[in-house]
Amino acid sequence: MLTIVIHHEKCTGCKGMKEPLCVKLCPGDLIMIKNEKSFIRDPGDCWDCMACVKSCPYGAIETKLPYELGYKDAHLIPKRKGKIIVWELVYSDGRREVFERQVRL
Amino acid sequence: MEIDTDLLIIGGGTAGCLAAVEAKELDPDLKVTILEKAHIERSGCLAGGINAINVYIHEGESPESYVRWARWYAMGLLREDLALTMAREINKAIEKVEKWGLPIPKDDKGRYLRRGRWGIHVFGESIKPILAKAVKNAEVDVYNRVVVTNLLTKREKVIGAVGFGVRNGDFYLVRAKATIVATGGAAGLYKPKNDGEAHHKIWYSPFNTGTGYAVGIRAGAEMTSFEMRFNAIRIKDVNAPIGTIAVGFNAPVINSKGEKFMQKNYAHLGGEAAPTPLRVHGPMEEIRNGRGPCYIDTRRLNDKDLRRLKEEYLDEYPTLVLYLASNGIDLKNRFLEIYGTDPYIVGGHCNAGYWINTDRSTTLEGLYAIGDVAGGASSKFVGGCFAEGIIAARAAVDYICNKNALEEVDPELVDKERYRTFAPLWRYKEGRHGPTPKEMELRLQKVMDEYVGGVHQFYLITEKGLEIAKIEIKALKEQAENLIARDLHELMLAHELIDRLDVAEVLIHHLLYRKETRWPGFQDRVEYPHLDDKNWLVFVNSRKNPKTGEIEVFTRPYEQIVPGDRYNP
Ligand SMILES: Cc1cc2nc3c(=O)[nH]c(=O)nc-3n(C[C@H](O)[C@H](O)[C@H](O)COP(=O)(O)OP(=O)(O)OC[C@H]3O[C@@H](n4cnc5c(N)ncnc54)[C@H](O)[C@@H]3O)c2cc1C
Repeated sequence: MLTIVIHHEKCTGCKGMKEPLCVKLCPGDLIMIKNEKSFIRDPGDCWDCMACVKSCPYGAIETKLPYELGYKDAHLIPKRKGKIIVWELVYSDGRREVFERQVRL
Repeated sequence: MEIDTDLLIIGGGTAGCLAAVEAKELDPDLKVTILEKAHIERSGCLAGGINAINVYIHEGESPESYVRWARWYAMGLLREDLALTMAREINKAIEKVEKWGLPIPKDDKGRYLRRGRWGIHVFGESIKPILAKAVKNAEVDVYNRVVVTNLLTKREKVIGAVGFGVRNGDFYLVRAKATIVATGGAAGLYKPKNDGEAHHKIWYSPFNTGTGYAVGIRAGAEMTSFEMRFNAIRIKDVNAPIGTIAVGFNAPVINSKGEKFMQKNYAHLGGEAAPTPLRVHGPMEEIRNGRGPCYIDTRRLNDKDLRRLKEEYLDEYPTLVLYLASNGIDLKNRFLEIYGTDPYIVGGHCNAGYWINTDRSTTLEGLYAIGDVAGGASSKFVGGCFAEGIIAARAAVDYICNKNALEEVDPELVDKERYRTFAPLWRYKEGRHGPTPKEMELRLQKVMDEYVGGVHQFYLITEKGLEIAKIEIKALKEQAENLIARDLHELMLAHELIDRLDVAEVLIHHLLYRKETRWPGFQDRVEYPHLDDKNWLVFVNSRKNPKTGEIEVFTRPYEQIVPGDRYNP
């Protein structure tokens, strides 16, 4: 399993933008556009900072732990809403937790 | 691309952003330029966010009491002048960032909420975008995706820097009246704990690769205390910080027998709150002696605590939360394991970095160093990095106003630097053969781990190992002359590797020189296992002669400014 998964059915490649946000923000310069979709160059080089995940306007990017570190399927989905960020955590057994955090004054 | 600027800041991170804004506030007419390898909105250590600002001078404390604590935390050896000047600026710096939009929770009296003796809680998920916005509002010229590869010097004076655009492939030649280096510390020197696809799940930012140290080393700047490595104790596998649980929730660490070994073995040194090197040494010794695994005991935490714990990690290190869910871990009936990380060189946690004056000027005229790249004052963390940015900006602006001229750059030097910057790419285009950055990275990390006290060796350092490593690194440096890069991204990786080789070489020299063990857990010298104040209460410094390439290692005296027992906080 990869460190980030880019769901290509949701990714639009942000056509028309000079640089899609995921490409622009990755601190490791790891994301690039090929055939109008985002790709990660080398999944192992991701630090898990989630800058791309948080910035994607289509919710097309998801952080996944490599199998070595987390072998059950779980999800952690952040959504920025104005001055807060809402995190949805889904455990491997289907349990769900939602967290809200303030991010700006 | 040629840029002329008054003040150049290399690295738009925690310290660099504060310096940039301060300089513009002091003199709005100054041209201030940031060169940033990534994009300042999400670059460096703060990319994922933070949940606390460590080091705030709370009511009842003072810069002096901070120095007493930080000195003890660094096992009695600290640049007290640097720590004092920093501590005097920290609170103002934090209040400033709060005004820029950082939410900081307060108690009913309007005071920041404490986290431990020296920290405050913050809602810091967006701290980096907040700093970036302040930089933008201050009308600083920011060049994102420009990787700095070297300083430009003229007669021991820094007159600018060079680099390349990782997007446009341009060569950047920047002439500056003063330069501040703020590129953070060095990760990726050592073999990490995780393999393959997880190799970058390390604690420190894998994209901070010691460039700031390396450019200074190559230019002949004096460095200090590289031997005080930072080996962190972290949540095993994901390498998440443990302060959130240990300090935030007062949770003790235990070994496989359930013993609170820190309280048992290190009571006289602070127990659970002992200096960080001992908090690494403690668990690693338990594990090495067959009493592992070690855990952080969350038994006392109730449901509300556990929820808050997850919330705090989401602000700083969300992977930990995903890790819990991906492994079905319920903290009520399973503890988190702790383990040491790969070693880093980080001036914000340890004393390693540029040897600087109180105004943050380095030994090279025109060059200032701040944040994780600056040495001497460990335990600065985010608050201290902010403060150093402000202090250096003041000095640099002063310097610019007094000596107001850009220097001519010798065209031969420009050609040389352009070649040096692009050589790996050109070699590839010419069809030459050579190692790739990733191949060399694995070799470097293996050598460092096996011979220079990596985590897989329980950090133990032997004289013989260091001697072997010296030879191996020299060979790698020769090999680096053949490095190839297939595209601009790989060219960046090539320079990261070259920089780490320079840092590794200096690190080995420092480790060899200090013949005592001052920081068990960080610097375990097997042949010299004890702390020796009689001979080694000094800073170990080095300077690479830019002409001969020889590394000279020597000592500088320690000066006690704040009275009191150095081994007592
Ligand atoms: C995961 C993690 C969590 C932490 N949590 C906390 C916390 O909660 N509280 C706390 O007080 N401290 C915390 N710290 C410590 C603190 O974040 C650091 O000490 C501090 O951010 C370092 O600031 P800096 O400016 O030196 O480096 P950074 O903020 O990392 O900035 C360095 C900048 O230089 C850029 N750069 C690097 N190389 C080049 C180059 N060649 N050319 C151009 N630019 C370059 C980088 O991209 C980056 O933008 C944490 C650290 C980590 C790694």
